[in-house]
Amino acid sequence: MSIRVLFFATMAEITGTRETSVESSGYTDVISVFNKFARDFPLLEGYRASVLLAVNSEFARPDTSVRDGDEVAFFPPVSGG
Amino acid sequence: MFALTHDPIDTVGIARRLQKPEDGALVIFEGVVRDNARGKSVRYLEYEAYESMALKKIEETGSLARTRFDIRDIAVVHRLGRMEIGECSIVIAVASAHRGPAFDACRFAIDTIKEIVPVWKKEFYEDGEVWIEGASKG
Repeated sequence: MSIRVLFFATMAEITGTRETSVESSGYTDVISVFNKFARDFPLLEGYRASVLLAVNSEFARPDTSVRDGDEVAFFPPVSGG
Repeated sequence: MFALTHDPIDTVGIARRLQKPEDGALVIFEGVVRDNARGKSVRYLEYEAYESMALKKIEETGSLARTRFDIRDIAVVHRLGRMEIGECSIVIAVASAHRGPAFDACRFAIDTIKEIVPVWKKEFYEDGEVWIEGASKG
């Protein structure tokens, strides 16, 4: 029972990983997952105001719910084009 | 046609495949790698994407452009990975009967993509490298 967690760009560098997972039982919404990694990687705290959240490839709000099998992603404001 | 690629973009090929006899206008936008940014000399760029979501958001942008503007079709291809100065990172091609909607839809598409498509660029300088972060979200 797990939630897949993805990081991109600066956030992948801070956490040292692009993909990991967490036990789904401990988390109800996206921000609770972010909070776990912000505790593990304090530099992520600096991104709390600007981080973009996604659940299953769609933009999410901090209180968007998460459940087993979901894919959650954290990334900085985009800079493509 | 909406796609992500790690290979050089064939802009002319994309445009020619899009174009049909009933089109009177074909507008093509290329984003290209610039040799300078923020007062620094840029050696090359790397682009990274959340690929599944990026493709979905590019497709959404294309659908929205077709709904909002009187165009016949639109194609978007974004390249990922390392790109040298002068290389094309994105091409948007819009085909329509008349030029006005084609220009408007092309501008709308690149502006929207720069806000909502999860792609990031990293600039490499003589003395280091920096992930560039955009200003806003969709």
